[in-house]
Amino acid sequence: MDLYENQRSTSKIKRDASVNDRIPDGLFLACPYCGTQMYNKQLGDYRVCAKCGYGFRLQARERVALLTDNFEEMDADIEMTTPDFPGYAEKLARAKSQTDLGESVLTGVANIEGEQVALGVMDSYFMMGSLGSMTGEKITRLFEYATAHQLPVVLFTASGGARMQEGINSLMQMAKVSAAVAAHQEAGLLYLVVLTDPTTGGVTASFAMQGDVTLAEPHALVGFAGARVIESTIHEKLPKDFQRVETLLENGFVDKIVPRAELGQIIAKIVKLHHRTEI
Amino acid sequence: MAVNIGLNLFRHELTPAEVVKKSREDRFFAREIIDGIFTDFIEFHGDRQSGDDMSVIGGIAALNGKPVTIIAIDKGIDINDKLSKRNGSPEPWGYRKAQRLMQQANKFHRPIVTFINTPGAFPGKTAEAQGQGEAIAKSILESMKLTVPMIAIIYGEGGSGGALALATSDQVWMFQNATYSILSPEGFASILWKDSKRSDEAAGVMGLTPKDLLNKNVIEYIIPESRNHPRVFNLIRKRLDDEFTRLNELTPDELIAQRRARFRAF
Repeated sequence: MDLYENQRSTSKIKRDASVNDRIPDGLFLACPYCGTQMYNKQLGDYRVCAKCGYGFRLQARERVALLTDNFEEMDADIEMTTPDFPGYAEKLARAKSQTDLGESVLTGVANIEGEQVALGVMDSYFMMGSLGSMTGEKITRLFEYATAHQLPVVLFTASGGARMQEGINSLMQMAKVSAAVAAHQEAGLLYLVVLTDPTTGGVTASFAMQGDVTLAEPHALVGFAGARVIESTIHEKLPKDFQRVETLLENGFVDKIVPRAELGQIIAKIVKLHHRTEI
Repeated sequence: MAVNIGLNLFRHELTPAEVVKKSREDRFFAREIIDGIFTDFIEFHGDRQSGDDMSVIGGIAALNGKPVTIIAIDKGIDINDKLSKRNGSPEPWGYRKAQRLMQQANKFHRPIVTFINTPGAFPGKTAEAQGQGEAIAKSILESMKLTVPMIAIIYGEGGSGGALALATSDQVWMFQNATYSILSPEGFASILWKDSKRSDEAAGVMGLTPKDLLNKNVIEYIIPESRNHPRVFNLIRKRLDDEFTRLNELTPDELIAQRRARFRAF
């Protein structure tokens, strides 16, 4: 039987069942756009896919830290005080603790490569960047401040659309912000939009599409209706990249697609070229 | 004093779900409303850019002899009409036609009346490629700058951004059995509760009936409905004339300030 004993001897290397627990989460990531697997550190400070240039979704505060030399937040204390829809208060509380924000947008006065701008950055980690009445309030105040102080507005959009829990009030924000955009526009001031992943629904159908200049990050998803809604309405499959900004550029709805690392420079350049000078 | 028998068969107030159902029925048609309220309606077509969307009917007419611009979303009368109008879901070029007519009204100092009955802007492939979002965004932005009075009347469904695009006006009125909401109760239930069958329940919590919206100052007036349509139209004609007369007394700056303040309040 010795002959067989040998064969039955087990390998000295044992499977370590706890190994998965000891590898930190998020060490390896797949690019949501091209699917390439990569080591977290490969993304670099700008959190950009090394292969396709897709910019991973940033929290508003991360974005501001990357983009600005100086940032003075405004209206930090504005937040929804009457979340009376069932479950809404809990969702808000979770979003606030995850993002260190009171609402789905961060606003303030920023210095970008030497240019002073009124800056708004929406945060898709805060209830999917949905348009709550206090989101609308902060953006409206940003425009009002910019109009009063003769500043350009730079707004980074990221939103899944309306804030369902707020119902019709969410819809009214589209009009409220638009009214402030109109006044800013009439003052002859620059409104620069940067479309980031994802920008959809009510935000696309209002202030995301009202800029004088519209920039976008590579491969960002931008659209009005959701792809699934469209497919179930027209009973056909949508082509790949249908709602990516490269398609929007082709269709004439975007001025320029800018890699994340170059955004600061390009924004500053555009703002500078809008300084009023006597010719 | 009436005896409460638990069910009042004669003056039964509709539940929100029943209002939703009613708002989707073929109660009124855009052409019928236009012809019932105004005289000399002449329809104008096209956005001058890419086409003519049949779901948006626009043109000029006379309101008690005074010129007005009319823009109406229509669901269609028979099946072919409904198909060509996608049951009242405008394409981007429908909104751009509306913008053109608004600009035209502005140039000739004509008040604008819009009539709205839409489940929402059309979620289609071409619509998306031609910038449905941009079309709505621009309609909203441009109507914020109009120096002529504008009144919007929702006579059926007021579906989301597709309705708002024609309702950023000085006043919004609703027919008694109309709705105005962020999205359909079915969509609401499926997004929040992952179950579109709970739409009746959703209708209850969404606050989409004229009464709810009047309480929230989203609208200014509820138009009582009657099977006697001419009676409804006479009432609207009189009220439109009164309100336009009143709004016309404001300077353009006052009018714009008031319209923007109306939405600033939300």
